[in-house]
Order: sequence, then C-alpha cells, then structure tokens
Amino acid sequence: MHALPSRSPVRRLAKAARWLTTPLLPEDYLGLVNPLWSTVEPRGRIEDVRREAPGVATLRIRPGVEWDGHRPGQWLKIGVDIDGVRHWRTFSLSSPPRPDGRLTITVKATPDGLVSRYLVHRARPGTIVRLETADGEFVLPSPVPDKILFLAAGSGITPIMAMLRGLDAAGTFPDTVVVYSSRTPGDVIFGDELRALARRHRALTLVERHTAVDGRLAVADLPGVCPDWAERETWACGPAELLDDAEAHWDAAGLAERLRTERFRVVLAGTGGEGGRVRFCSSGVEVDADGATPLLDAGEGAGALLPSGCRMGICYSCVGRLRSGQVRDLRTGEVHGEEGHMIQTCVSAAAGPVEIDL
Amino acid sequence: MTHDPTAHLTPADYDAIARELDDLREEIFAELGDDDAAYIHKVIRWQRYLEIGGRAMLMASSLPPAWLAGTATLSVAKILENMEIGHNVMHGQWDWMRDPKIHSTTWEWDNVSPAEQWKHSHNFVHHTYTNVLGKDNDVGYGILRVTPEQPWNPVYLAQPFYNALLAMFFEYGVALHDLDLEKIRRGEDDREVTRAKLRDIGRKVRRQWAKDYIAFPLLSGPQFLSTLSANFSANIVRNVWAHTIIFCGHFPGDIDVFEVGEEQLDGETRGEWYVRQILGSANISGGKLFHLMTGNLSHQIEHHLFPDMPSNRYAEIAPRVRALCEKYGLPYHTGSLRKQAGSTWKKIVRYALPGPSRTPAPPRAPLAKSKEPVAA
Repeated sequence: MHALPSRSPVRRLAKAARWLTTPLLPEDYLGLVNPLWSTVEPRGRIEDVRREAPGVATLRIRPGVEWDGHRPGQWLKIGVDIDGVRHWRTFSLSSPPRPDGRLTITVKATPDGLVSRYLVHRARPGTIVRLETADGEFVLPSPVPDKILFLAAGSGITPIMAMLRGLDAAGTFPDTVVVYSSRTPGDVIFGDELRALARRHRALTLVERHTAVDGRLAVADLPGVCPDWAERETWACGPAELLDDAEAHWDAAGLAERLRTERFRVVLAGTGGEGGRVRFCSSGVEVDADGATPLLDAGEGAGALLPSGCRMGICYSCVGRLRSGQVRDLRTGEVHGEEGHMIQTCVSAAAGPVEIDL
Repeated sequence: MTHDPTAHLTPADYDAIARELDDLREEIFAELGDDDAAYIHKVIRWQRYLEIGGRAMLMASSLPPAWLAGTATLSVAKILENMEIGHNVMHGQWDWMRDPKIHSTTWEWDNVSPAEQWKHSHNFVHHTYTNVLGKDNDVGYGILRVTPEQPWNPVYLAQPFYNALLAMFFEYGVALHDLDLEKIRRGEDDREVTRAKLRDIGRKVRRQWAKDYIAFPLLSGPQFLSTLSANFSANIVRNVWAHTIIFCGHFPGDIDVFEVGEEQLDGETRGEWYVRQILGSANISGGKLFHLMTGNLSHQIEHHLFPDMPSNRYAEIAPRVRALCEKYGLPYHTGSLRKQAGSTWKKIVRYALPGPSRTPAPPRAPLAKSKEPVAA
C-alpha cells in the first residue's frame, strides 16, 4: 500500500520528525506546502474539468504520492467537500494508467446527485479531493481474451472506456464489439473518440444505439447486432434493468460465467420498518432512526464520523460489526443480523434497537 | 447571593426561553457551510505557520531579540492551538464537516492533558453540571475556595499562592483534573482506571517534553539551553493565559454556584439548564483579535448555551442572547478582562480567609417543574 518500504531512510526520517511535530504529523506541516504530500490521507488535485456531453464532465486528477495505480475498469472512492461537508462517492475511472500519472473520472450529473452535480458543475481546477485506493473486479484478465463484447448504456461506458483506452495504448486490439446505448446522439459520451478508435482498429466494431430514436435495446435483440455474442467474454455496465436482463439472458444460455457486470446504482426498497435506537459504540453517538433511513445517514446526521463510500451497498467501505440487534436490508426488505455480522450501514436500517461497532 | 435572579420566572418563561434558544441554535446550524469551513481551515493554517515561524526563530535563540520574538510567536501558536482550535474541535464544533483530520474523535492537542480524558472532564462533567457544587470539579478545580458556600479550611490560606502556581502549570492541573483527586483521596476511585489514566498522562507528558525540552533544543545545537528556556516560557505564557481566561468564565463577580440535588438535576428541563448556563457563565468584552486569542471563550455564555456551535458564530449570536436575557430579566455577566480577572483574584484572596459566615443557599435551581428532562 505504501510507496516506500518501511525501513527506508526516508521513512525513518519521517518517523523521527514525529518527535518534532507531536501531536501532529510531519505531513500536517508539509501539507501547507503541498497538500498532495499526505501519506495518511491520500489526496488528489483536480487539474482540468472537460465537458463531454450535456451534464457529463471528465475530471483530470493529479494523485498524491501515495496513489498505488489502478487497472482499467476499476473504481475509486473520492471525497469532496461541499458546503463545508465531506462527502464520499465511488466513480469508475475512465482512464487506463497514464504515462503522466494522472487519472480521470467521467461523471454524469444526476438530478438528486449532490456529489455528481458538484463535480460536473462546480468543481474547478485546483480543488483538492480525497482519494482512496482503486478497487473492483470489473477488469480485463491477463492474457486478454481473443473475443470481447462490451455492453454499455449511458454513463456505464466509463469503466469500459478505460479498458478500451488501455487496449489502444497496448496496441494489440483483440476482436472487440462495443454495443453502446445512449438516449440521443448528443448524449453519447466519448462519441468522437469511440468512432475514431473504431476507424483506427479494424478489430473493433462499434454499435451505437440511440434509444430516443431506435427504442431501447432489449438484450433479446443482441444476436441481431452481435451474432456471436455467446462466444465472447462480456463486460456489461449500465442501468440496473439492462444488467438484470443481461444476467437473465446469459443465465438462460448457460453462459453466466462469461458475463461480468458493474452496477452503479441500487434502488433501495425503502420499506418503512420499525426503526429503533441506534448506538455507534466507538463514538458513543446514539440516535433514533426510522426504518427507512440507512444507519449511515442516521449516524452522520447525529454527528458520528463513519466510514462511507458508494452509499449504495457496493463497495463495503461502510461496514461495521453488529454488536446487538437486527437490521433491515433496504434493497430487499429482509431483516437480518446476528452479533458479529458485518453490516453495510449504507443500505441497512434499524429493525429495533441496534448497537454497531463504529 | 441575597436575591434570586430567577424568582420572577414562570414555568412558561422557561419553556419560552428553551424554545427561543433552540430556534436560534437550529437557525445557525442550518446556515453552516463553506465560509465556516474556510474559517477553521484558515485558523489552523495560520496556527501552523506561527508554530513553524516561532520554532525557526528559536534556532537562533542565543540572540535575545530572536529569543523574545520566537518565544512570543510560539506562545501565540500554542494559545491558538489549545483554545481556538483544540478546545473547540474537541467539543465537536467542527464534526459536521466530517473531516477526520478536524474531528472531536481524532484531535489531539499540544498540551500534556490527553484529549480523551479532557473530553470527559470538560465536555461531559463541566458542561453538564456547570457550577453545581460537588458535581462540577471546575468550581475551584477541587483545590480553591471560590464561594462562601464552600466550607473554609486553613489550607485555603495559601490559595492565592497556589492559584498562581496553578496558573503557571495549568496544563498539568488540567491533566490531573479528570482523575478526580477528591475521589482518590477518599479512596473511592477505581484503581485500575486511575492507573490507566496516569499511564496515558505519562505518555502524553513524555511526548510533549521530548518535543519542547529535548528535540527542538537539540536541533538548535549549542543553543540548547536558550531554546529550552524559550519553549518552557512559551508553555508558561500559554498556561497563564488559558488559566486567566478560563477562570474569568465562571468565577468573577456575582456569578452563581448552585447547590442542586441529584434528583433535581435529573428533572431539570431544557429551559432550566439553559438558565443555569446563563447564570453560571461570564463573558469578557474585547475586540476581534482578543476573542480569537481566547478561543472565543470570551463568549463563555454563548459557548455554554451551545458548546458544539462553531466558535466563529458566537460573536454573531451574542447580541441576540443578550437581548433574550434582557427580555426575561436575566443577568448577562460581562466585563473587560481587567474587571473580570481582578474580581476573580479578589474572590480567591477573600475566600482564602474564613467567612463570610453564611449557610449555603437553599437549593433553588432548578426552579420550575416540567416533564422534559434535559439531554446531556
């Protein structure tokens, strides 16, 4: 995780310097010179915000010294301060590892997306953001398969774009089909670049679909646009309906292991259960939460400092050990929990009194 | 304490006071945003520049002007760190930003008192039981007689002297504070807990001394002793200043202490709690820079009403709190530093001597009865 081995002279010096800076860390002072020098709290600086399509922007970020790199297709957690308050969200990286060390995320502003709207409309070059290590299994294996299908809709193109750019940079394009649905031609993200890639690499076939004109692409129609889909290793990313359909389709064909999906948003069932008193044991914060409010939101509202990430039950950044009580999974409505279970606080609500080790 | 400043208040008044102050709190908290975050970031940044500047000047501490300028700068840095930053961050005033670097659960301050213990004795004990005799150890810090309600004892004859000592080494007094010396003397403490706390204090003291009395003096080479004396002086300056400001918060003039039974505290309403905070606290008047250097504890009344409100907002709400006090006929204790500190010292000298013979005031606060207990 750390860029420098723990016994290196630099590390030793940094450790010795702590005697001078206690109770702070040397980097708390170094951060006055360059905030990117933090090793405890990896950061990045937004260098450029480029419009890609209406409501979509690509942010180029210079990561700090502790950035460990990533694989195309992975996501990262990014923390931004909006109106003084730190918010964490996960976004797919849209860049492969670049020679200049920069990374990019491509964000679509959603109507109720506090962070996405901030990043697209308000973030300016120079803004410092917090980063966490890239993660995720939505990546190409090594060696790269001979035949690939990428199935994307809307902003689901971002992790796939990172993979395509990675393949382009490697210079060896396998037989690849990209089926990409957008609402209108104007909404196509990376349209020019995708078309240029397809022109440059004969092995790459781009199938663009504009749903406002052509209607939604049903997965059942896939054989029409990609007849050999069953022979291809497939990566799919987009809205939940598309991925649900795709999973059912591949399942029915007995090819489930050929399909990998990446979900961006999970619709919470939000069943109004009983709720209860929630105690966060580390901070001692207690709050009465209703049965529809995630424990994470309830705790943050009451002033507890809690780990968080995607806020949709995907990244497991927010998990805490259940000490007592039961919780309701807001995605399924299921009530579960035993002492010692790790609970995702962002998609769990209290089902009666709850104590959690956070 | 011949008259009861709350005799005229009705239960309905207490409810109205609670409502008005709750509304004020809600209004300010709803407004918190970028400007407030920028304020604390700026104070932290400047505090660190000052600390670096002071330490850097002391690398030439054998030159008297450098010694003086370095010591002064470092003193200011330590005061800002302890008062406007540390004290307020540990109150949770900035927790709403969700920044783990500026958060009550993670902050450790430049002081020998471990943050964890200080948060208990200060945030919980002192702020909940403000000026309640026998409950709030900040009343005389367990060693001073500051009100006739405390029975006299010949040891108090020396209290002007040991208050001066306490001022100079205030951080150690604060560190020992959470141990609850009174309980230890009576043998009522949990020995295991006391030992663990002492270990934590020891660790913190070692780190602080290693920095101020070994590492930086060594770094200045042959000027070891002059740097050591500068750092020692900066700590004393910070201690005396903190002691002065904090003693002005609850002791001057006709401020009230309360004799309140356990069962009365349990039944205390939010309105009664607010009123007790107003009666038990005193402000110090001054300019913007002065307020900053006191960590805004010069707005002690506002701080005690809303301990977790960001300190940069106290000046803004002070006129409204004062107007509320006028409206309900409550005293709003305030005065210049000279007046408040003078009156505090006068009390410490006066109550070193026996008398005045006065039976403890009858329990009178809380005064109104209502169903809603106050939240700690």
